[in-house]
Amino acid sequence: MNLLEIKNIKKTFDDLEVLKDISISVEEGEVVSVLGPSGSGKSTLLRCATLLETMDGGTLKYCGETVCEDVDGKSVYVSKTEIKKIKNYFGLVFQNFNLFPHYTVYKNITDAPIHIQKKDKKEVEKGVLPLLEMMGIADKADYYPCMLSGGQQQRVAIARALAMNPKMLFFDEPTSALDPELTSEILRVLRSLAEMKVTMVIVTHEIEFARNVSDRVIFMDEGYIVEQGKPEDVIDNPSNERVKAFLNKVKKA
Amino acid sequence: MKKRPIIAVFVFAAFLIPSIFTACGFAPDSESGVIGWLFSTVSQLSSGIWLSLALFMFTLIFSMPLGLLVCFCRRSRFKVVEMLAKFYISVMRGTPLMLQLLVVYFAPYYVFKIPLSTDYNFYAAIIGFSINYAAYFAEIYRSGIEAVPKGQYEAADVLGYSKSQTFRKIVFPQMVRHILPPVTNEIITLVKDTSLAFAIAFVEMFTMAKQIAASESNIMPLFVAGFFYYIFNLVVAFVMGKIEKKMNYYRE
Ligand SMILES: Nc1ncnc2c1ncn2[C@@H]1O[C@H](COP(=O)(O)OP(=O)(O)O)[C@@H](O)[C@H]1O
Ligand SMILES: [Mg+2]
Repeated sequence: MNLLEIKNIKKTFDDLEVLKDISISVEEGEVVSVLGPSGSGKSTLLRCATLLETMDGGTLKYCGETVCEDVDGKSVYVSKTEIKKIKNYFGLVFQNFNLFPHYTVYKNITDAPIHIQKKDKKEVEKGVLPLLEMMGIADKADYYPCMLSGGQQQRVAIARALAMNPKMLFFDEPTSALDPELTSEILRVLRSLAEMKVTMVIVTHEIEFARNVSDRVIFMDEGYIVEQGKPEDVIDNPSNERVKAFLNKVKKA
Repeated sequence: MKKRPIIAVFVFAAFLIPSIFTACGFAPDSESGVIGWLFSTVSQLSSGIWLSLALFMFTLIFSMPLGLLVCFCRRSRFKVVEMLAKFYISVMRGTPLMLQLLVVYFAPYYVFKIPLSTDYNFYAAIIGFSINYAAYFAEIYRSGIEAVPKGQYEAADVLGYSKSQTFRKIVFPQMVRHILPPVTNEIITLVKDTSLAFAIAFVEMFTMAKQIAASESNIMPLFVAGFFYYIFNLVVAFVMGKIEKKMNYYRE
């Protein structure tokens, strides 16, 4: 069964049609990279999928459970209680981390599982150290975000998302705020998550990473998916002229 | 420099002692000499000092939460509520505080024909100051809330925090940190503004000092009063500085 299923999503800001007609489905264990020039609607797509934006038209489903249904070309959302439950199915990692600056690393990670998901406090606390170890920041539990490097902050953000035990994770340019050295740090973490079969949708400009790690690459332009498929096909042998031009530009840079 | 606030606390305490004495019923003889004069002036001022202090405390206690309420209204998604809050704030900030005090003091009688008790001026002062300062605090809170980045709300939203949980756990603590400097300013202004209560026959410290100065044909009681305001504000600055330091455990 598809974990995520988006059909015919449409999103307009004022007069600007940002997402025109996009359909995506993601299976369990799949790693999908989303490429495309800036302004093509990648973030908007992720924000609609994570319910930070409401979509104008189209349907959205997680694990077969409907979040919104298309009724006469308009998305109609299910009740708040159902949405609240479905929010447990996914996590989102931001470009600029968005950690809570007044909470320690430990509290950043444990607060939502304990106080929002109402999980057993002891269970949650037991899980923190393995998570931090996996992220390579086991000694940073009592630090505040401001005391960490960008790469470490992003690893905390990933740990925070994982601690909610989601079925899948979204990443919106997780390395774009980082310098090359820290970027490879985060890409390493993402690679290990991929090896653990964590379902992920990653918006990225790291072409090499997308080729090596993802099962599928989606290329977006001007609110449409213009090409998608295996990374070898999309990245090495693109058929679309726009994709070719974009990849040439990125590869040269 | 570092020790000054502590000294201020001591001086403040030393000055309060005579007034505590009088409050407890001791009436020291006003002997001649500077100390004796000072002692008697401070004892004469003492009831005013306590009234000023009470006005100050009650105003803070009421205006700070009221300000939060006004701030919520100001940020309400209901246009009518927002407009009302905006209007309230602009009137409170755009007209003299003294005028507002007079309105609060006289309106019940002249408009509603409610007979006033003699100590109503105490309550009128607290009400007048509270509704005025609430408007200023509301705007300070608003700036503090707006200084919290949008990404904080989004991170909380994706993690499943409800609107009220997001405000309580994420936004409010960060707001508090942002607003401490302007709140300190406001509190210091309030200390001095309490003297405006004279307009409604509220005999606080400054009014009392004026009366003593007039009866003794001596300007010194005014200086003594001024000294009190100054010392009191040193204490305020000291306490707020401590709180600010305490909130400095993180950066954005
Ligand atoms: N909240 C918004 N209001 C108005 N326009 C927006 C908003 N969010 C995004 N846009 C516009 O939508 C377009 C796509 O943005 P985005 O999804 O961020 O693209 P990408 O992530 O691919 O760079 C851009 O032109 C952007 O200016
Ligand atoms: Mg983007």
